[in-house]
Amino acid sequence: MENSEKTEVVLLACGSFNPITNMHLRLFELAKDYMNGTGKYEVIKGIISPVGDAYKKKGLISAHHRVIMAELAAKNSKWLEVDTWESLQQDWIETATVLRHHQEKLEASSCDQQQDSPVLERPGRKRKWAEQRQDFSQKKSLEQTKTKGVPKVKLLCGADLLESFGVPNLWKGEDIAKIVGDYGLICITRAGNDAQKFIYESDVLWKHQNNIHLVNEWITNDISSTKIRRALRRGQSIRYLVPDLVQEYIEKHSLYSSESEERNVGVILAPLQRKTAEADT
Amino acid sequence: MKSRIPVVLLACGSFNPITNMHLRLFEVARDHLHQTGRYQVIGGIISPVNDNYGKKDLVAARHRVAMARLALQTSDWIQVDPWESEQVQWTETVKVLRHHHSELLRSLPWKEGLDQGKVDSPGPAAVPELKLLCGADVLKTFQTPNLWKDKHIQEIVEKFGLVCVDRAGHDPKGYILGSPILQRYQDNIHLAREPVQNEISATYIRRALGQGQSVKYLLPDAVIAYIKEHDLYTSPGEE
Repeated sequence: MENSEKTEVVLLACGSFNPITNMHLRLFELAKDYMNGTGKYEVIKGIISPVGDAYKKKGLISAHHRVIMAELAAKNSKWLEVDTWESLQQDWIETATVLRHHQEKLEASSCDQQQDSPVLERPGRKRKWAEQRQDFSQKKSLEQTKTKGVPKVKLLCGADLLESFGVPNLWKGEDIAKIVGDYGLICITRAGNDAQKFIYESDVLWKHQNNIHLVNEWITNDISSTKIRRALRRGQSIRYLVPDLVQEYIEKHSLYSSESEERNVGVILAPLQRKTAEADT
Repeated sequence: MKSRIPVVLLACGSFNPITNMHLRLFEVARDHLHQTGRYQVIGGIISPVNDNYGKKDLVAARHRVAMARLALQTSDWIQVDPWESEQVQWTETVKVLRHHHSELLRSLPWKEGLDQGKVDSPGPAAVPELKLLCGADVLKTFQTPNLWKDKHIQEIVEKFGLVCVDRAGHDPKGYILGSPILQRYQDNIHLAREPVQNEISATYIRRALGQGQSVKYLLPDAVIAYIKEHDLYTSPGEE
């Protein structure tokens, strides 16, 4: 029985995507090359999951537009797609929950495919061996599909998200543990040393360091959405920093302005609000 | 009210291959010149260098020109001009500037956007200026002994003008201060700031391609498709 099967991986990126930029898209490409390059994984899909409006981040425009822009950006990709589940929720959803949602979804569709598992039919094998195994195979196929056959969801992010684990009250300790323990993190960073230091200084990250993949981004690609929005307010060009279709959409709908940047000013970010609410009860 | 001086930006280089960063240079330079209130950028020219330049890993000019053309398909103001690449031998930058400047003067219907009053009698303000567009790294090469002729540097900054876009690790103001010629004509050297640090070097692209890694979103899809179709940059040390 061959055990050299690669683990199939689905990369999930959560974020504001306000707007999505070429840098976001690069994260996926870098992560895929890295994971596939280890020889242990095969990246089969990338999911862009824009955050819901209830996140209440300053300058966050409506999820409706952010989703469309992400879809326009992913249009020319064979493996990237946009998922709207998170953005459609009424309340803000913790990242660990989004990960769980997608992992469960993968497990559900994997169970459906189990019927066609090739384990049950082995014409090339020696007859005797096949007969012996037949008894096991019926039962085992279920487990085998679960352990090897189900793709694993991993959180894709930049170093800023990794380091945000250190921001007080932004993340629940148990969520961080779930993210790195149950799922895994692929973090694209220019400052590999800083990221390693950060992992070293955190007990929970250190414990699951094998599940945290640091990928070096050799070229500085500082296309932050904040800078894009600023450039737009100043009438400066954002061409070649975001996909053409996204740039056209932004222009057509005049999406970003000083007014839009004032949204949610004075409002507490959802995760911080939740932490305060829980502390009070 | 003074009308703006029309400007055409000319970028010379290997473009081996052209990347989103090259294209950004034009956008940043245009924004910068417009911001000064004194200029109106009316066009951009990409001039890929001649094969005889002899730079390592330079793929054939016809490919580099074709890739630039594909990259510019969606631009409404920048074009590629193969003149430099079609010359028998390598041509000094100042000569490329001279050529394009005379071409510009010859085709003066580039009067869109100018004040109506100037159309009939083009005074100095109406004649388009051709400026050399480059990254700060090129400005630094002016210091390299024997790479540029002093009189050429002078002609470039005196007669044409330079628009130099920031690049990480470079100090354009310092380069200007360190050169008497550049200092003298510093009013004709425009330092444009790229707010989004974007170090997409073509060298990196070639290496990534050679290693089978993705370069998507660093250069236009059409250029990537062309590279794959023609098997360019498949190994380091590609001829």
